[in-house]
Amino acid sequence: MNAQNLNAPSAYFMADIEQPAESHTLSVLVDNEPGVLARVIGLFSGRGYNIDSLTVSETEHEKHLSRITIVTTGTPMVIEQIHHQLDRLVPVHKVTNLTVDARRRNFEKPLERELALIKVAGVGEKRLEALRLADAFRATVIDATAEHFVFEITGRTNKVEQFIAILKPLGLVEVSRSGVAALQRGPDGF
Amino acid sequence: MKREMTGAEMVLQALKDQGVKHVFGYPGGAVLPIYDEIIQQDEIDHILVRHEQGAGHAAEGYARSTGKPGVVLVTSGPGATNMVTALTDAMLDSIPLVCITGQVPTHLIGSDAFQECDTVGITRPCTKHNWLVKRIEDLPRILHEAFYVATAGRPGPVVVDIPKDIQFATGTYEPPKNIAHKSYRPRVKGDMDAIRHAIELIARAKKPILYTGGGVINSGPAACQLLREFAQITGIPVTSTLMGLGAYPASGENWLGMLGMHGTYEANMAMHDCDVMVNIGARFDDRITGRLDAFSPNSLKVHIDIDPSSINKTVQVDIPIVGDVGHVLEDMVRLWRTGSHGLDAGALKGWWEQIDRWRSRNSLAYRPTDDVIMPQYAIQRLYELTKGRETYVSTEVGQHQMWAAQFYGFEAPNRWLTSGGLGTMGYGLPAAIGAQVAHPDALCIDIAGDASILMNIQEMSTAVQFGLPVKVFILNNQYMGMVRQWQQLLHGNRLSNSYMDSLPDFVKLAEAYGGHGIRVDKPKDLDGAIEEMIASPKPVIFDCRVASLANCFPMIPSGKAHNEMLLPDEANDEAVANAISSEGKALV
Repeated sequence: MNAQNLNAPSAYFMADIEQPAESHTLSVLVDNEPGVLARVIGLFSGRGYNIDSLTVSETEHEKHLSRITIVTTGTPMVIEQIHHQLDRLVPVHKVTNLTVDARRRNFEKPLERELALIKVAGVGEKRLEALRLADAFRATVIDATAEHFVFEITGRTNKVEQFIAILKPLGLVEVSRSGVAALQRGPDGF
Repeated sequence: MKREMTGAEMVLQALKDQGVKHVFGYPGGAVLPIYDEIIQQDEIDHILVRHEQGAGHAAEGYARSTGKPGVVLVTSGPGATNMVTALTDAMLDSIPLVCITGQVPTHLIGSDAFQECDTVGITRPCTKHNWLVKRIEDLPRILHEAFYVATAGRPGPVVVDIPKDIQFATGTYEPPKNIAHKSYRPRVKGDMDAIRHAIELIARAKKPILYTGGGVINSGPAACQLLREFAQITGIPVTSTLMGLGAYPASGENWLGMLGMHGTYEANMAMHDCDVMVNIGARFDDRITGRLDAFSPNSLKVHIDIDPSSINKTVQVDIPIVGDVGHVLEDMVRLWRTGSHGLDAGALKGWWEQIDRWRSRNSLAYRPTDDVIMPQYAIQRLYELTKGRETYVSTEVGQHQMWAAQFYGFEAPNRWLTSGGLGTMGYGLPAAIGAQVAHPDALCIDIAGDASILMNIQEMSTAVQFGLPVKVFILNNQYMGMVRQWQQLLHGNRLSNSYMDSLPDFVKLAEAYGGHGIRVDKPKDLDGAIEEMIASPKPVIFDCRVASLANCFPMIPSGKAHNEMLLPDEANDEAVANAISSEGKALV
């Protein structure tokens, strides 16, 4: 067995099991009813799971269904737990682990996009440099005065992160991010 | 039948349509319209408790002893918050409860009104699901859905929070409909391939064990019968968790006794050394597994559970089977019989011989004396003098609970009512009351400790008012015995705040409530006093003065494995003081 666990200070050895933590994206279809988001968030905080990103909006108005997209980190055992714990909530219709599903279909990752609005204030060369970078990152200007720009950028999380990091010395004021929206590749839905 | 009625009428009508006969509750401002309906009908009996927590545990006792959901009715604010312990208890032990709470009128919600609290917010983590009813149109559907959710799949508690204006509002009542729930549809039938694999695995086993839990009892009497049949046709030894006692009879040939922290040596050693473990409706609780990395290291594990989130939660299993225990056992028995499977008779014989060697250690031994009543002896006598009857036994939490589990033999399911997961002191008396309401002619005994009983002693008044002759059998050692035992094991015998000074005179207390009080402190008087308790038509408090420093053994000290049990004959002061390593001390 896990010999290195023998001196661990707890009987709860889950965290010690030698499985590295992985990032997974879960897609959860729920009834859009009061308290449903609180149930999901409460489940994560109550059981000590991580939420790296959470996005929610009603996606099927006639059926009052919302899609919650959660990016979480944990060992495969914990991720499996999260999946089943979500699945047994009464208003949850379906849970799909998009990361596992993508691997099963031989894709590296599911489709994941994030939108960010980024405000940059500055004049002179910094202002021009910000505009040049925005062009390179295919970000668009959605608001501007002589002293500022607000950029809109869409892309994978690491692209958004990178763009924000580059803008930091160029007068970054504030950022608003949507969190990750995700779907599986291919023709079928879930 | 569709009919116009008020929200309060709908509540009563829905309860009737759901087959409810008894409601446990306590009135208050925000539920007065419902109470006004209660008094104008006589199909449903209301049992008035003395504290809302008592209503919750009484409903749990009712549910556990009948297999039907327990129903609670309480008011807003403190009425609801007093229910939180009982709801959490029911959540952890998978007991179906439907709790209806009053709420301040809709337009006052959020204004910090008198007796307002965020009931659905507070009870969200301790219920399977809860609803705040905001429109009268939704009320009938939600009431029926509440019963479905409480009882379907893995059972549990639900809360329906009804604002007072909704109770007064008029709408159209609809009776329950038999349509599939839109999102919550637990799987009851097990996957046949997995079941087939499990049967093949079991048939090849040399040292198999059935590890059964409360899921067998929740599945129903048929599941218990199938478990007995499966054990009989395979010859596999059976052990059970605290929650599963009675599913397999204590007098059964294959019975090893309870397993876990205070389980028998033979049960725990068999779990440790087995080569195939079949977990039937149990959840690898930490009181059962001991240290996880040394838990049954050489076995292949089958796990049958209706709740997929119980599988691979703490222990990785080889063959998971998601489904209702009764359905899966039915398939297993059928496959075993039709496949004419049989275990290797020689290996099984050797396994039983090994188990008999462990059993000969007599891990439940204690030294009886003529001067003082040993607590184990008291339970043994209670068992011998009550076993021929229809008896329901509840407990509080602590040493007495473990001794009851070890020494009271349960032959049938639903006869053992105890707070396993949450470990709620104060559970036993109201639970016995709930069982007595459901089984008026049965003998309902709360095996209690002197500390626990004081946590819901006020329910004696309920028992007297409703003519419920429950028997409170207190093992009085004047300590919080289990706390004291742990202080001895972990904290150099410094008994911080575990001595119960100034206990009430329990005999006088019983009389003050209008019950009957008995006190015994000599072993020779015990049998006669127990007979007197059984014969009394009143609620009884039995103050059984027992050895004050007895400890509960055997024990798997925290942080140790199943094969590192502390046995009673080895438990001298030195062994007790050194039983738990510094790492184990951090554990509960």
